Amino acid sequence: VTVEDPTTAFRVEARELLDQIEQALLDLAHRLDDATLIDLVFRGLHTLKGSGAMFGFDSLASFTHHIEGAFDRVRKGRVRATPGLVATVLAARDHMRGLIEGDAVPAEGEAILARLAASVDLPDPAPAAPRPHATPGTSAGGWRLSFRLPREALAHGTNALALLDELRALGDCTLVARRDTIPALDQLAERDCLIGWEAELRGDVPRGAIDDVFLFVLEDMELTVTPIVPAETASAVAELDRSGTEPVARRAVRALQGELVRVPATRLDALMDRVGELVIAQSRLSQLAGDRHDLLLRSVAEEIERLSADLRDTMMVLRMVPVANLFGRFRRLVHDLARETGKAIALETAGESTEIDKTVGERLFDPLVHIVRNACDHGLEDAAERVAGGKPATGTVRLAAHQAGGAAVITISDDGRGISRERVRAKAEASGLVAPGQALADADLFALIFHPGFSTAAAVTNLSGRGVGMDVVKREIERLRGTIALASIEGAGTTITLRIPLTLAIVDGLLVRVGAERYVIPLAAVEECVELSAEEDRRSLGRSLITLRDRLIPFLRLRELFAAAAPPDPYQKIVVVATARERVGLVVDQIIGSHQTVVKALSPFHQGIGTFSGATILGDGGVALILDVAQLVTRGQQAEPPLGQAA
Amino acid sequence: MSDHPANLVANDATSTIAWDSHGELEVLTFDVGGESFAVEAVLVREIIDLLPETRVPGASALVDTMVNFRGRIVPVADLRAAFAMPAARPTADSRIVVVELMLGGEMLLLGLRGDRVHEVATLAEASSEEAPSIGMRWPPAYVRRLVRWRDDVIVLPDLAAIFTPALASAATAG
Repeated sequence: VTVEDPTTAFRVEARELLDQIEQALLDLAHRLDDATLIDLVFRGLHTLKGSGAMFGFDSLASFTHHIEGAFDRVRKGRVRATPGLVATVLAARDHMRGLIEGDAVPAEGEAILARLAASVDLPDPAPAAPRPHATPGTSAGGWRLSFRLPREALAHGTNALALLDELRALGDCTLVARRDTIPALDQLAERDCLIGWEAELRGDVPRGAIDDVFLFVLEDMELTVTPIVPAETASAVAELDRSGTEPVARRAVRALQGELVRVPATRLDALMDRVGELVIAQSRLSQLAGDRHDLLLRSVAEEIERLSADLRDTMMVLRMVPVANLFGRFRRLVHDLARETGKAIALETAGESTEIDKTVGERLFDPLVHIVRNACDHGLEDAAERVAGGKPATGTVRLAAHQAGGAAVITISDDGRGISRERVRAKAEASGLVAPGQALADADLFALIFHPGFSTAAAVTNLSGRGVGMDVVKREIERLRGTIALASIEGAGTTITLRIPLTLAIVDGLLVRVGAERYVIPLAAVEECVELSAEEDRRSLGRSLITLRDRLIPFLRLRELFAAAAPPDPYQKIVVVATARERVGLVVDQIIGSHQTVVKALSPFHQGIGTFSGATILGDGGVALILDVAQLVTRGQQAEPPLGQAA
Repeated sequence: MSDHPANLVANDATSTIAWDSHGELEVLTFDVGGESFAVEAVLVREIIDLLPETRVPGASALVDTMVNFRGRIVPVADLRAAFAMPAARPTADSRIVVVELMLGGEMLLLGLRGDRVHEVATLAEASSEEAPSIGMRWPPAYVRRLVRWRDDVIVLPDLAAIFTPALASAATAG
């Protein structure tokens, strides 16, 4: 783990450790007697304490020390794990996270410790070191160690003395320094760590505890651990020697499992930018080659086109992470919601290995929280009502993901009370979204739930739980160029389906010209391109509707929308775009062609305009805006409200 | 101008002027609409020739175009809009001064259009004064100090005060 700033490295590892502790605790809440889980939590706490102290996070170390001490009593069977204890340790875990991020409230920590002391009946803070106990990978006689820290360990902030102290705390320990590799003074770099150590650690110490001491340097250090075998079991020496000797085989093991490299996201983004620029340069080259009748040049251009497409695809894969990470974060949310609401809620997940772009995953979190919270809060009934309705007492919320084409499909479903059509209709009529008595298909009816006018109206009744803020969820999903749909069966539950593009970094687009400017329309939304005949153009001046294959389609003149100054082309074109349910025509001056586009974010000055989802750099170095189709369609529909109401 | 906290985010570009221990400040001076403006030299990333700009329909008049600056998309602002000057066409001397600004808690690149860019100058606090609260055509909050330099009066604009509202309006417009 060679990252410039050692505390940053610590934070990254500590966060992972905390997540592991959290997952283990959540499992433990269901299997209170599972010794493996208890051990897992304890090991995590212990490691966190040690490494926290090593990197100068003293308050973290001392707080964790108390929690570890309390948990040690559970591990030794003196205290039984209870749901209350697990909840307290979960709260402690959140506090530790606060201590790492630097936003912890000290009073909270004291309150947690007090609660903890009450639940494990702790007479006084536990002793400093965990008492060794028998686990697999122990050696009754102890261990003989030979180790050497990485040469740059000191420069990276490792406190070697603290490591030695920690080692000594594990048991009766004799340490001898090896100075054989220290060069003459004039060749000595003062920040290099050149001393090696031999140690004899006597006592019943788990092998893993030694690894824990060296956790943050293990990857780069030399460490040989041999069990010390008491004389009477000497016959077994040969056997043990083979299995017990571990000349830091970790790297080899990793190579077998497929070695992982941790790379800062910023470097990945920088690489992505370069690849993006390469794709742009390549498309310029292809253009030039296409203009010339030079076969050699063309074949080179094609070769480079293929290579850069491969490179881009490889790059995209690097950014993909399984949704398991995203889903994992909901276990805690559901656990907490179950406690808050007093309902029994089970979270089921499926398709965790489905991969999505890292950024997409991060931006999906908030909308998903909203949806899951709604499902738990309002969608699911309480146990009594469920049993009365012939359902199992425990309600289920299910998160599932799978890949379909260029999109990831994520469904969030519950087996709660579902949504009452009558109430949605009543609400929509009350807020003037539909005319009383107007016939509506189910899909149209449920779509109203996402209408801003539906949820922001005053005094939203619970309406089977959904309503508040669903327009915000929809907007965020559309920002991700995704779609959201809802289906519900009254009494049986609700399912929300999200379709999200796998990546935001690249989009296939249709390049068009409006006035003097060029714009990109995401190709996925384009249904067809037709010419707007001069006659149709004249006829449509009074209204913004055209007839296309016997269907009326509202259209927007982008020239007017964008206040283009240059004179219009004589033959205007219509690009028909569609979201899941609605279609709208966009009138442009010229359709230039399809264009693979590296999406760049707009500056904060332009992000709020809404009509554009980003920008891209074209082959000639110019910049084109990317149209936000969902926004434009909404605009087109508002111009001609589909439900026959004035907007 | 009072010392009211113009910026809620601690690290944002501030209205205070970081005169050095000698009471001096290194700036880059440039002309806009017949007036001389100056920005702190440390903020300036690069001075570029005019590039083809892409108009952003719907954007505020203050920041209504963007350019491709070495593969990054950088918004371009015209101080004319802030100082109520009539719009003008670019000339052969026009340049874009790319500055790095901390606004709304984010480090932004922003291009400032200049009719002509001069040299780096050292301004003295001693020859500077507050913008008069009356007799000025401009919003007083947009000017931090007026500084006499040679025969000229140079305006030290308050970029945070000028551009922060543009961020806010962009955020609410959607």
